Amino acid sequence: MTTVANRPSNLIGLTTLDYQGGNSTLCAGCGHNSITSQIISACYDLSLDPRQIVKMSGIGCSSKTPAYFLNRSFGFNTLHGRMPSVTTGVALANRSVLPLGISGDGDTGSIGLGQFKHIMRRNVPMVYIIANNGVYGLTKGQHSATADVGQHLKYAGTNELPPIDICTEALASDCGFVARSFSGDAKQVRELLKAALCFNGTSVIDIISPCVTFNNADESTKSYGYGKGHEERIQDITFVPSFNEVQVDYEPGSEQIVRLHDGPTIKLRKLDRDYDPTDRWQAIRLLEEARANQVFMTGLIYINEKRPSLQQTMHLADTPLAYTADADLRPSREAFARVMAEF
Amino acid sequence: MTTIDAGVQSSMIDPNVPIVNNFSIVAATENGSGSQTANNTLIRAIFKMGIPVSGKNLFPSNIQGLPTWYTIRVSAQGYTARREQSEILIAFNQRTADEDLSKLPSGGVCIHPVDMKFANLRDDVVYYPVPVKDLVKEINPPQNLRDYLANMAYVGVASVLFDIDRAQIEAALMHHFNGKRKAVDLNLRMVDLASAYTREQLPKRDPFRVAPMNETGGMMLIDGNTAAGIGALVGGVSVVAWYPITPSTSLVDAITEYAPKLRPAVDDRVNYAIVQAEDELAAAGIIVGAGWAGCRAMTATSGPGISLMNEFGGIAYFAEVPIVIWDIMRMGPSTGLPTRVSQGDVLSAYYLGHGDSQHICLLPGSMQECFAFAGTAFDLAEQLQTPVIVLSDLDLGMNNWMTHPFDYPEQPLNRGKLLHTEAFERFLADHQQWGRYRDVDGDGIPYRTIPGNQHPRAAWLGRGTGHNENAVYSERSDDWQRNMDRLTRKHNTARGLVPAPVQDRRAGAKVGIISYGSTYDAVREARDTLRDHGIESSYLRVRALPLNDDVSQFVADHDIVYVVELNQDSQMLQLLCSHVPAHAGRLHPVNLCDGLPLTASFVSTRILQHHGVRN
Repeated sequence: MTTVANRPSNLIGLTTLDYQGGNSTLCAGCGHNSITSQIISACYDLSLDPRQIVKMSGIGCSSKTPAYFLNRSFGFNTLHGRMPSVTTGVALANRSVLPLGISGDGDTGSIGLGQFKHIMRRNVPMVYIIANNGVYGLTKGQHSATADVGQHLKYAGTNELPPIDICTEALASDCGFVARSFSGDAKQVRELLKAALCFNGTSVIDIISPCVTFNNADESTKSYGYGKGHEERIQDITFVPSFNEVQVDYEPGSEQIVRLHDGPTIKLRKLDRDYDPTDRWQAIRLLEEARANQVFMTGLIYINEKRPSLQQTMHLADTPLAYTADADLRPSREAFARVMAEF
Repeated sequence: MTTIDAGVQSSMIDPNVPIVNNFSIVAATENGSGSQTANNTLIRAIFKMGIPVSGKNLFPSNIQGLPTWYTIRVSAQGYTARREQSEILIAFNQRTADEDLSKLPSGGVCIHPVDMKFANLRDDVVYYPVPVKDLVKEINPPQNLRDYLANMAYVGVASVLFDIDRAQIEAALMHHFNGKRKAVDLNLRMVDLASAYTREQLPKRDPFRVAPMNETGGMMLIDGNTAAGIGALVGGVSVVAWYPITPSTSLVDAITEYAPKLRPAVDDRVNYAIVQAEDELAAAGIIVGAGWAGCRAMTATSGPGISLMNEFGGIAYFAEVPIVIWDIMRMGPSTGLPTRVSQGDVLSAYYLGHGDSQHICLLPGSMQECFAFAGTAFDLAEQLQTPVIVLSDLDLGMNNWMTHPFDYPEQPLNRGKLLHTEAFERFLADHQQWGRYRDVDGDGIPYRTIPGNQHPRAAWLGRGTGHNENAVYSERSDDWQRNMDRLTRKHNTARGLVPAPVQDRRAGAKVGIISYGSTYDAVREARDTLRDHGIESSYLRVRALPLNDDVSQFVADHDIVYVVELNQDSQMLQLLCSHVPAHAGRLHPVNLCDGLPLTASFVSTRILQHHGVRN
């Protein structure tokens, strides 16, 4: 692959250009474009080979973004709400690639809620990003299922139904990686993405990503103004890839180190609260408090890498199913003859 | 009812004239009472005596308690279609006893527990009362096996009355219980006890019996779902996603059962995945993902599931993803009659999706084809990069059929125009450029790459939205039209690749019959009856959609063409009308939508009536 002169390259000799996609056709200022930028940065920083990644999405503004990053990766922009099932098929077919999925609050919280729950139940290894803006964009401004009570929109009026909390749903489904972030918080998004990309299992990141066209009034909890003014980080996150040594320079009690399965670590510097994201009860309490007190809490909410992935549960061979030799897909003559003899 | 079955006719039963290997038995029992073991034992024992048989299970949508009937047709002539009347009734269900009895022909036989109450005892029927409870008591089995053993009593009675070989009954039990001697012996005790009772207390007063033949040597009994499951494994399936639905469930059960035998694990790891999805939407999504990523992926479902797979049918057609969907058709609309047969999904399957889409549909008509088409479906799906829907039905899928053992396929898997890294490099060297949807060969079929291809130019973004030849998003009218025209070209290419119709042309025949799927045996038998009435017919069995020129020619070559099918709206006839508009007037429906496997008498009666022949 080509390296452009004067551009820094990563461990596998690629520059950020090698992680780019086509030009975004989303609105100028759309939060989703920031997420796209952080995906490019995270993959570059981790020196991921684009051929290892498969981009997945459903339908909606956020689901268009796979066209705007990682041009060298395969991808599939699937049906509305059905990214999880298609991704499950991809993960079964080829366990050597990592699906990176982008969905939205409509795609995941409404039409796709069932599939969202089941992909976590199966623990399909993938990064599952929800670009969450509380509103339907392409159909022009309807409330989504994550809209807060009282959210007021020009045409849709005032929402009076309680929101579905993506992270609560993830936690309830025994998802092993649950995080919330804000597209205006570039560093946190990037660090969470890196950790998610290295996590063995379904990793869910609910990113509040303002819709500048339909839902960006300051009083909306999904707006830039609100996010900038109210974001409360649970902890300060730094992802340390396995090729960097962990520097133990923290004061005991102020930092927590979470080590992932094949070496990388997540450094969590404690801020205002004493919070342990490996404790499921604390995570549930945190989300419930945030809901009750209307606090926009961001960070790594829960992490637990102990559950086996779907490929492990299904005892799949190391060779990806899609690359199994034809001769191994067809039973032997002897085995076939034995089965025929049973009848 | 007009009966022109090739079996005996009601008025003709003379107790003094033996009727050998030409009658039907119906066992009327309660669903969930374990009568399947008894029925399977009976049919297998007769079959292993060399006598052609077929078994049809008419069962309710219920776990336990509702009435169920199992009919065994014994036919020296080898006819296997269902008959409308059985001469021998095994009346083991009090709730249906009266109605069952009323359906017997004069001179028929009724085997029943001694305590069975009939409202009106007919005097033109031979009764064989059996003290079932006493026999069960004598054996004193565990409580949970009482019902099962009670049913084995009629096997013992039938074996004596109709000369069914005791050794074959034992062998059938050995087969049923996988050689588990304890279970076999327990059941055999009941068979022997009931046999002894019959010999001592029930002198034979009917003419029916079986006699060994040599017509089933080397053959086996199997159902179409098992055949398809084995066929899929032989055909290289590696991802199966499904959601339970009658009558397709046993197909996936067969894959699950035979996968460890046919594709054994290595170091406890396997090269296939079978996933029970949360619904048919997810099942379709999983196989679309797996097919797109390069696997042979399939699902099995029935009508309601097909409805839910509609949107995925559209994206798989348009994004050109190879998948295989088995639709074991049952009676709709809506939940319909979940345990009754139909061929009612022909149109919805062919046009699955939204906008314009026409799918490759395979129409197996035998056990051999249920097996072979499982592999053919994968080959076609990959060759044509498109969904292939196999339209089987409940009669094929869940009933017992005789067949010769299946042949191990001699052809390797056909993976179509799939370019891995090296092949992709060669392709670029030859053609300078590659586009996912570029028609290089003029057949409408582009070249495909899958994740894992290491060439930096091999990646593409699949989508259900408008795209150009390079798989890039496009709303340009010319891009859209060009793509749709290519898909039509591809569909026309498919006409030459799908299994051709099977024809039996008779010299001088002015009458043609077209049918497909499970109707084959009824039509075969009906043609013999028609011939007896002076009507010679030619036959064409459609084995796939899209239809091809053979079908057009067949219609053009006959003055009148009867289209036999099991649905209300004559769905295949509709497709034929648009395929051969110039000859549409020659097509005449012979269709039925009653939920039961087709009988030969329905076909021949309808055709004779149309010809003005009285019978």
